[in-house]
Amino acid sequence: MSTTVIVINLFTLGCFSFALVKNRTKAKQSLMVAIKSFVRILPTVLIIIVVISLLLAFAPPDQISRFIGDQSGFGGLLAIAVLGAVLYIPALLSFPLAASLLQSGAGVASVTAFITTLTMVGLATLPLEIKVLGKKFAFLRNGLSFIIAIAIALTMEAIL
Amino acid sequence: MNMRATQKTEEKKKMRRDIVKGYVIFAIVLVIAIILLLVFPDKQEAATTTAWNYFLEMVFILPAVIVIMGLFSMFVSKEQVVKYMGKTSGIKGILLAIFFGALPTGPLYVAFPLALTLLKKGAKVSNIVIFLSAWACIKIPQELVELQFLGLKFMTARLILTIIFVALMGIFIERLIEWTDNKRIGVSQEVEK
Repeated sequence: MSTTVIVINLFTLGCFSFALVKNRTKAKQSLMVAIKSFVRILPTVLIIIVVISLLLAFAPPDQISRFIGDQSGFGGLLAIAVLGAVLYIPALLSFPLAASLLQSGAGVASVTAFITTLTMVGLATLPLEIKVLGKKFAFLRNGLSFIIAIAIALTMEAIL
Repeated sequence: MNMRATQKTEEKKKMRRDIVKGYVIFAIVLVIAIILLLVFPDKQEAATTTAWNYFLEMVFILPAVIVIMGLFSMFVSKEQVVKYMGKTSGIKGILLAIFFGALPTGPLYVAFPLALTLLKKGAKVSNIVIFLSAWACIKIPQELVELQFLGLKFMTARLILTIIFVALMGIFIERLIEWTDNKRIGVSQEVEK
């Protein structure tokens, strides 16, 4: 078990004990909420695990690297950023997916762009955002988020 | 009262259907994977080892992360966010927007109406942009999972860069909206003194 695992679990334990002391019923209720969301997210978790293991077993690293790796250039980066903006994968699960892509030859920039557009640019939630906050706001926020995702990705590539 | 009750059971039914749908898709993916691995037996070992390793990593952190999300959704109310974020500006406003955005209190579509309420109460456009962006991609549970799978260096570097760029974007959008001066985001804001 890694230190990260221990730290995360201790942190949760601490939060939960604190919650228990503060308000017993609310703490129990949040545990129920947690169990419910666990049941809801579990199938997606399992799907991602299967997809990752197939990806790593079948996709040859040199191919992945050619499309979204160091040799792919700006076009590959843009393509994966668009993919991230269109797809609707829970953010929590984008990280194991990103890790497997890195492991199989994807570049830091591509992976960063993918995670960032996946979370910040939401084509799936855009209609709702327009309805609630207006066209101008929604288009500006999503459009600029896409651009800064590319900027963050390129900076990550430069410093890591 | 009765109508609300039926609406609730409707919602529950829909949720249950979604869950069932998830498991059905998983079953289909699993069958495809098994067939593929039967056709290419030399890939079997690599695939099962990877699946098992990723499964273990998930098992060790996912329950903890989900419990944290449950705790925050119960203990931090929308009213509290509105109360504390209010009309703050400057560095304090930016930091509060990031802080409240990062608290694990639900999916992005929950944040839109909340953002509108904040705007109506006179929050700055820049802080709302930062709040929404933080809500989308600086969530505490997300950072924990990122730490687990991509490591401390990757996680902190991306976190710091995201905060910087998101803050710049917030200020830029605010200027742009003020410059075009229609201010038609839901409700016109109060004139700043």
